Amino acid sequence: MDTSSGGGHKKGPGVKKGKKLSTRVDLTPMVDLGFLLITFFIFTTTMSQPTAMKLFLPKDVDKPEEQNKLKESAALTLMPSKANMVYYYEGLDPSKLQSSSFKGIRDIVLDKKRRTDPKDFMVILKPTKDATYKNTVDILDEMTIDAVKRYALVDITPDEYKFVEATENANGVK
Amino acid sequence: MTAMCDVAFLLLSFFILATKFKPPEALSVVTPNSVSSKVAPDKNVVMITLDKEGKVYFSVSDGNTSEKKDIIETVNTSKNIGLTDAEKKNFVNNPSAYIGVPFSQLKSYLDKGPDELKNAVLPGVPVADSTNNELLEWVRAAVGAFQGSKMNLLVKGDNAAKYPSFSGVVFAFKKNDQLKFQLITNPVGAPLGSELQKAQEKSGNKSSEQ
Repeated sequence: MDTSSGGGHKKGPGVKKGKKLSTRVDLTPMVDLGFLLITFFIFTTTMSQPTAMKLFLPKDVDKPEEQNKLKESAALTLMPSKANMVYYYEGLDPSKLQSSSFKGIRDIVLDKKRRTDPKDFMVILKPTKDATYKNTVDILDEMTIDAVKRYALVDITPDEYKFVEATENANGVK
Repeated sequence: MTAMCDVAFLLLSFFILATKFKPPEALSVVTPNSVSSKVAPDKNVVMITLDKEGKVYFSVSDGNTSEKKDIIETVNTSKNIGLTDAEKKNFVNNPSAYIGVPFSQLKSYLDKGPDELKNAVLPGVPVADSTNNELLEWVRAAVGAFQGSKMNLLVKGDNAAKYPSFSGVVFAFKKNDQLKFQLITNPVGAPLGSELQKAQEKSGNKSSEQ
């Protein structure tokens, strides 16, 4: 086959000139399909791997002299409870209970942190039985966010729960 | 048009490669968010799942078949359940055979075929009562089975689970001297202006995990 000759080569009379076909294909359906697949994969993909939050528990000690000493002035107790409320008091007297929302708790923790000696400062977390797992994780997370070095997750005492309940009833929290 | 087409297919190939299909989970659990940035381990995992009603389930990662075998043997002998070999095998080989029943129902639960296991509605492992915390036995068996290798204790809880069931799980860990464990969460960034964010910036945006 003669391919060396240029396009301008004149054919003889009677030979029909081949119609020049366009090489451009309509891409629209392909692009449509492409975007359809993209949306599919965007929705099915799991980009973020679940992360894990480490939690270290203190060992239960029976003898009171082995327990960590806690200065009354340096303690802050937070008690997450139902309706995403947090009840808190400073020191060791639960009758001075105050309430806050989860949003407001950061300021309370930071404020207390500023006012206390960093080496004594300790936050005690006592979720009530009405608190959800989310509340518990949130309040533990708050400790990381506020860079609180010492905190402990402790079970609530019946006494404290009474105060929380009384406050909830007074505020009409169900 | 060609340019758009190119971009579209580039994105497409990216998403195809990045996709990792979620294994179908029998339990749907919506985990809470945290600022923690450490990726959860996926090997040698002993997972305690809390569903939204606060029911507790016990499971071991699929790769650890010998440990699973040890666990079921230990529990079988210590609780005199009298499981047959087939029932034990069912627990070891079936990935969806997580334990969500009290010991009294364990035998009939493991009698079921794989399809039945998937759809079964389970009462959960009892943890609420500290005198009858059955998770204690399961964790003890797991600790024994994983002796010598590192065991990753994970707690995967639903947002709506109540604190008492979590407290029961923690009690079971404490009694077995398992004081280090991890809670599975979804990652979120540190809030702007918080101390954690400042610390992260200082350390060149590295994880502030200790």
